[in-house]
Amino acid sequence: MKLTLKIWRQKSPKDKGRFETYQVEANPHMSFLEMLDVLNEELISKKEEPVAFEHDCREGICGTCGLVIDGQPHGPSQGTTTCQLHMRHYKDGDTIVIEPYRGSAFPVFKDLAVDRSAFDRIIQAGGYISVNTGQAQDGNAIPIEKEQSARAFDAAACIGCGACVAACPNASAMLFVSAKASHLALLPQGEVESKRRAQAMVKQMDLEGFGMCSNVTACEAECPKEISVENIARLNREFLSSTLGTEVKVG
Amino acid sequence: MSWFSNFLTSSIGRKVIMSLTGLFLITFLVIHLIGNLQLLNPDDGMSFNIYAYFMTHNPLIKTVSYLLYASILIHAVQGWMLWSKNRKARGGQRYAVKNTRAVGTNSFAASNMGWLGTIIFIFLVIHMYQFWLQMKLGNTPMVTYDGNEVKDLYTIVADAYSNIGYVIFYVVSMVVVAYHLLHGFQSAFQTLGLNHRKYTPFIKGVGLVYSILIPLGFAIIPLYMYFMMQ
Ligand code: HEM
Ligand code: SF4
Ligand code: FES
Repeated sequence: MKLTLKIWRQKSPKDKGRFETYQVEANPHMSFLEMLDVLNEELISKKEEPVAFEHDCREGICGTCGLVIDGQPHGPSQGTTTCQLHMRHYKDGDTIVIEPYRGSAFPVFKDLAVDRSAFDRIIQAGGYISVNTGQAQDGNAIPIEKEQSARAFDAAACIGCGACVAACPNASAMLFVSAKASHLALLPQGEVESKRRAQAMVKQMDLEGFGMCSNVTACEAECPKEISVENIARLNREFLSSTLGTEVKVG
Repeated sequence: MSWFSNFLTSSIGRKVIMSLTGLFLITFLVIHLIGNLQLLNPDDGMSFNIYAYFMTHNPLIKTVSYLLYASILIHAVQGWMLWSKNRKARGGQRYAVKNTRAVGTNSFAASNMGWLGTIIFIFLVIHMYQFWLQMKLGNTPMVTYDGNEVKDLYTIVADAYSNIGYVIFYVVSMVVVAYHLLHGFQSAFQTLGLNHRKYTPFIKGVGLVYSILIPLGFAIIPLYMYFMMQ
């Protein structure tokens, strides 16, 4: 299949950037990233600069890939990462527009690769549990209700790809932050620190310059792991109750 | 006080302010509509004028009305701040291809709350100037019912509603309020963390009915008075 690609090219964070048009010959079995690999092979053989894009596992679990394809982060398939999107969803002769994530907190490094280190700093601020070293406790010794563990697992499915920020008209990180805060808060090991965690993660999120949640729900629509905005409500509750009902201070 | 000011300037705190003031305005709109429906009584405005007299002289209602003015101002100012901060957060470079989707809410309304709110604000300024300020400044005709002299607000309203331009402006503004609430009603609950698998569908249902019926109720009054009562 012959495709026309309109790809955002930007040499450096300072460069203004522009769209370039390319032709590529792909086959329906390829993944989207393999199709871009083919393009890059051609560019390299023509001694041109290949298109920079991020990828790692290529099996939908690491969250590194993430392109805005025809206006949708991770492209048109519901609940699918870019690396798991296959070219059989396209037809011969299609034109595809590929852009990087947009948002002040996600500046472009180069071409389609953006700096998502803001997410790392949010996790460092509170997206963990404190455990003492030594003998690990028997996991089965802590009873957890099935429904509860399922909800925690749904939240834990977040791969930190940032598509929620890319989809949001406010570039808000609430879906990501709430998924990370929820999956810990819902389990006994994480619950003990949940109040402080909510305060610390929200504080860092605000410092990074993400927008505020207007409950547009575009994040849930585009999230490759279909994380629900129920988690955002949970974080709102956690933040409110830790502000009003506890003495935790995050200074 | 520092935890409190931290809360009020945090992203979630700002949204909670929007939500609480918004819910207060939602409650007020019901009371306001019930009052306005008195305009339709075919008694040359007597029941409406008596109602208006009561609303402006009952001390409890006067206190609540100051809370209301404050809520409108806080909601509007905070709304503009959120709007500008959110535009800054998304940055100057936008997507070449737009493809907005949403889950369980009106995506047009959801992503245009700032514009919709600003139109409502302009409506409110004109609305307050026309009825409230006229009444406060005292250039209102008076009428006497059973020996009590009250301001004839009805005549001012009927006058305004005899102008087709104003009637159209009023009705269009109500459509804007409907859109604002189509997203805002349920959004206010989500902001407070009130999302529950059992009750959220109910909240969304009530929100849908409210967002259509209340603005419709307001819009019917000038339409009825223009077309049927002259
Ligand atoms: C009839 C009057 C009004 C009512 C009943 C009302 C109600 C609401 C409600 C319930 C919300 C949802 C809050 C939330 O998401 O937590 C909201 C959001 C909003 N309102 Fe209003 N509003 C009114 C007037 C205004 C005015 C005059 C403005 C002026 C700018 C405004 C601007 C906004 C904005 C920008 C939002 C979105 C906030 C966000 O989620 O980012 N509204 N409104
Ligand atoms: S919530 Fe979804 S879209 Fe956002 S970072 Fe996690 S997996 Fe990606
Ligand atoms: S490359 Fe790991 S999720 Fe796509």
